[in-house]
Formats: sequence, C-alpha cells, structure tokens
Amino acid sequence: MSTESSRHVAMDNLKIRLQKNAALFTVIVVFLAFYAFYNANHPRGFSTAVYIQNANEVFALAMVAMAQTIPVLMGGLDLSVGAIMTLVNCLASHLLNGSPSQIALGMLLCVLAGTACGFLNGCVVVYGRIQPIIATLATGAIFMGIALFLRPTPGGDVDGDLAWALTNDLYEIAATYGFAENGEAAWFTAISWIPVPLVLLVAAAVLVWLPFARSVTGRSVYAIGSAEGAAYMSGLSIDRAKIAAFTLGGFFAGLGGLYLTLQTSSGNADIPQAGAYTLNSIAAVVIGGTSLLGGVGSAIGSIFGALVLRTISFNFRIFEIDPLLQPLFEGVVLLAAVSLGALAVVRVKNTLDLFR
Amino acid sequence: MNSSRKRLLSLSADDKPILYAGLFVILILAVGTAYTLSTQGTATLLSPTYLLQQLQVGSFLGVVAAGMMLVILLGHIDLSVPWTIAAAAMMATTVGGPAAIPVGLGVGLLVGLVNGFGVAYLRIPSMIFTLGVNAVLRGLMVAHTGGFAPQTAATPLMQYLAVHKIGGIPVALLVWAAVSLAIVLLLNRTSLGRYIFAIGNKEAAAYLAGVATRRVIIIAFCLCGMLSGLAGTLLAGYSTKAYQGMGDAYLLPAIAAVVIGGTHILGGRGRYVGTLLGVILIVLLNSVLSIMQMPEAGRQVIYGSVIIFMLLVYGRGSKVTQ
Repeated sequence: MSTESSRHVAMDNLKIRLQKNAALFTVIVVFLAFYAFYNANHPRGFSTAVYIQNANEVFALAMVAMAQTIPVLMGGLDLSVGAIMTLVNCLASHLLNGSPSQIALGMLLCVLAGTACGFLNGCVVVYGRIQPIIATLATGAIFMGIALFLRPTPGGDVDGDLAWALTNDLYEIAATYGFAENGEAAWFTAISWIPVPLVLLVAAAVLVWLPFARSVTGRSVYAIGSAEGAAYMSGLSIDRAKIAAFTLGGFFAGLGGLYLTLQTSSGNADIPQAGAYTLNSIAAVVIGGTSLLGGVGSAIGSIFGALVLRTISFNFRIFEIDPLLQPLFEGVVLLAAVSLGALAVVRVKNTLDLFR
Repeated sequence: MNSSRKRLLSLSADDKPILYAGLFVILILAVGTAYTLSTQGTATLLSPTYLLQQLQVGSFLGVVAAGMMLVILLGHIDLSVPWTIAAAAMMATTVGGPAAIPVGLGVGLLVGLVNGFGVAYLRIPSMIFTLGVNAVLRGLMVAHTGGFAPQTAATPLMQYLAVHKIGGIPVALLVWAAVSLAIVLLLNRTSLGRYIFAIGNKEAAAYLAGVATRRVIIIAFCLCGMLSGLAGTLLAGYSTKAYQGMGDAYLLPAIAAVVIGGTHILGGRGRYVGTLLGVILIVLLNSVLSIMQMPEAGRQVIYGSVIIFMLLVYGRGSKVTQ
C-alpha cells in the first residue's frame, strides 16, 4: 500500500467524520453566536454571575434533552421524560435533607427512581411490544399520578448547603464543604469561577454518554434506528439495547429532576410544566441535529440544542421584548429551525427517495 | 356449516379491539353502577339523562378524535390540535355574528393547510412540524388576547349547537353523529378514504400506483384542522366564551381514544367504530372516576394503566424477524 492511497483513506475518513458531525458543528456555532451576542448586550455580561445563572437555567432541560435523544436515535420517542423528571423532583423534595449520609442515600434513591421509570418504559416497549410513543404516553400519565401522590401541593424540604453549593461556582462548593483551603488555594483560583452545573453537564456527557455511545449496546441503538431488521439479522441483541436505551433515558431525566429540586428547593407536580419540558426536549433534540427517523445524531448535539433554546429566551430578557410576543418568537424559531433542515428535499431527484 | 361457525368465532385483527373496547365500556358501567348502588342506592350511571349528558360533554372529544383518526391512519399525527381549538374559538368569538362559525372552521382549515404543506411537501416529520405550528398558534393567540381570556362571548348559534336539546337529545350529540357518518362514508365509500389507508400502509407504493399522495395528506390534515376548529367553536358555545388553554385537555385523550379503538399508531389500519368506542370509553371512565371522587393522582395512574392494559390485550406489534 502506497502512502498516497493511505493518505486518501485518511482524507476520506476525515471527510466522512466532518459530514457526520456537520449538524453538531452548526448547532455549536449557532449557540456560540447567540450566546456571545447575549453577553455583549448584557449589562453584566462575560461575568461569573451571569454564567452561573444561565448554567442553572439550562441544566434540567439539557438533561431531559439527553434523555430524549436515546429513544429518538432508536427511531422512537419518549413522551414521559418530563413526567419522570417531575416524579424525581417530587421524590427528591422529600429525601434531600438530614445528615450527609442521609442526603447521599436520598440522592442515590432519586437517581435510582428515575432509572427504574426508564427501565419500566423499556420493558413495556420490548415485552409489551407497544409502540414507544403510545407506551410512554401512558406510562407518563402513571408517573405524573405518582408525582401528584407524592406532592399534592408544591413544597418541600431541601438541605440549604447542598442546594447552595451545587447551584453556584466551584468556589462555593469548596467554601461550603471546606476543601482546597476553603476555595482559597492558589491552584484552585484558575478554576474556581466555573459554574457547578456546567461541570456536572460535562461529566454527564463524558462519563456516561460517550462510553455508552461507544459500547456495543450504544452502537446497537444506532443500528436499530437505521434498520431494525438488519440489526436483528446481524445478531445484535435488540431487546437489550432497547431496554438499555430507555433505562439510560430515565437516568438522565432523573438527574434533571434531582437538579431541578436543588435549584427550586421544592417539589412541584405541575402537569403543564412536565409537558413543556417533554416538548422542549424534542425541540432541543431536533435542533441538535438528531434525526427523528433514527440512526443519526448524538446527545452532545442535544445539549447544544437545549443551550440554543434557552439562549433565545435569555436574549428576550435583555431586549425587553414584549412578554406577550415571546411565545410567538419561540414558536417561529422552532418552526424555522425544523424547516431549514428540510430544505434538502429540494435537491432530491428521485421522488421515491422522499418516502422513507 | 362448520366453516361458517368458525368464521363467527374467529375475529379478524380489526374486530378484536372493537369487541374488547365494547366489553370494557360495559365493565366500566357495571363497576360504576355497583359503586353508586352501594353508596347512594341509585343507579345514576344508567339513567338516560345522565348518559346523554355525559355523551354531550364527550361529543367535543369525539369530533376531535374523528379528525385525529384520519391523520393517524396516514401514519402521521397532529399535535397542533390544542391551540387550533383555542384559536378557532377565540377568532370565532372575536368576529361574532353569523360569520362566527365559518371563521372558526376557516381557522382550522388554514392550520390544516400549513400542517399539510409542511408534512407533505417539506417532508418534515409531522410530530415536530405540528408541534411547531402549535407553538406559533399559541404565540399568536397570546399576542392577540394579551394572555387573558378574551372578553368576547359566543354567538347564540354556537351556544345553540353546544347546549340546546332537541326532544331530549343534545344538539352537540347530533353534530358528533353527523361528523361520524361523514367520516364513515369518507373512509369506506370514497376513493379518498381508500387512498388514506393505502398511504398509511406504504406511501411509496401508493405513489407508484398513481395516487397523488401529497394532495391526500394535505386534505387529511385540512379535515383534521377543520374538525378541531368545529370542536373549538362548540366548546366556546358550551362555556359561552373562549379562554387560554381550552384545548389542552383534548390532545392526549383524542390520541388515546383513537389508539384504544384499534387504529394502528403507525397508520394504515383501523375502523371508525373503534374510535367511537374509544371516545365513549374515555368519557365514561372519566365520569365514573369523578363519581368515585378519585383524586387527580389516582386518575392519572388509572388512565395510563387502562391504555397500557388495552394495548397489551390487542395492540401488540409483531416481533422483528428480518
């Protein structure tokens, strides 16, 4: 093999990788542009306080969007992510107090509850052989009912230190729990301004999503989304991948609910709010470049999709646009985002290619 | 002789959901009646007045579900229903006078046209496109009304259609019956109906067979939009005015009614009788639960469990084998 041809192969690989991630790059650029614009126009822009506030407002939606991505990659849809988030939110408003070990156990139980909800979804879809859309519509109602049972009226008792430390920058964590010389250590100053939710977001992406996407189960999820029959004939374990996908979705939604509890210091079984999170999660997934037909995309893109959605509303606040017009702007942006991606149909030469 | 008996006993895949949904309706009535007999000593649930009253309330859901079924048969879905209902109601009461009902229907038609264009020509998945249209409609209505319930009232004709009774039978029920008859004729007796089933099964095949699939999709979305608009004007007549979020309670029950009635969520299969039974089932389930004074938490759990249970009985997909 000559170096010439191997260079060709390398070039082709790079080209394929770029093509595969074109949507991801686009959404990142769009986010950076929107966010820079926002900060440039913010009276206290480019400051830690603004970053912390924004990161807090983004985290729950970003988690729910990651949760939604995995079923969508499989060609399904999970209409229960908002309900799982709300259920965990209500559970956490009961559990996040007491001694440090009690709090730790409470957090673990909350994440487990979210994961169990996702596992239940997976079982209904796989063993019940019911379409994901309608199965999660039904389980979502059940989760919402349990959430209402746990918190008939909004309220809760959440450990103040924990809520304060996890919704601020790294300095406050160190100061609250007394490490790195209460956050004053010289080596710590370089990173002490970073908002905690941002660290958690990166951790969720790097420690949970990337290993999953690279595992056999993760590749199976992509394969099922591309061609379920072919995936089955290739000997992939379809059932296991489907259950794992919904379970991981429940895990992410649970993390979102847990964080929402820390952010609001209360639990609220609000049905419209759960619905709004579910719908926004679908929007974030689509803006993040994941195909609703399955097989293409990533949870990283969805995080940026959520960031774009939230940055748009940040901008509304800055420019004091009439609040009555905000829902209209949000709707138009969503519609425009999905329509722009659809312009590719103009280039399709064979009409039959349209019917996938 | 033997074979004809066999055919009587064996149910086709389309009949099974209808039989089970019917049995479940009877079960709900039986449980509800047993409850009222033991607590109040009366069989309230079985009195014709009560049933007609429940069906009157259910006819709004019935009209929405009829439109939703057309779209689901295509293999699509219309998530813009909630704000189509609200927008039609608000515009109808704003315009008022004899033009109110045509305006309500016109709003629905317009929404259907936009939805159909996005789905059929831009090929955007209906799930996401109609969601976006719903958000835009909500934005338009918030901007129009200032976020409050508009002060305008429903016209006398709208109130007549929603509340009045002819010989003890609510007019709203008659409207639902007329819509139902039209849908049954459309699905079973016209080429458009057959095209809808064909596209739901395989759009590429329908296209190759010479069906103008895009036009059929647009027409189906327009009909769905118009029926949502009709439901909106009726609903405004029933509560004498339009208000924010008046359509929110109709989206998921409409989808559930269609699916419980045996229509396949991916399209191509289903019968209208099933949707009719699905609506009646949901309406009666709601009324029995409110008679039992079930708190919202229990209602949600029961509601979800019933959908899963019904689908486990007859709505299971086939295993992937190739």
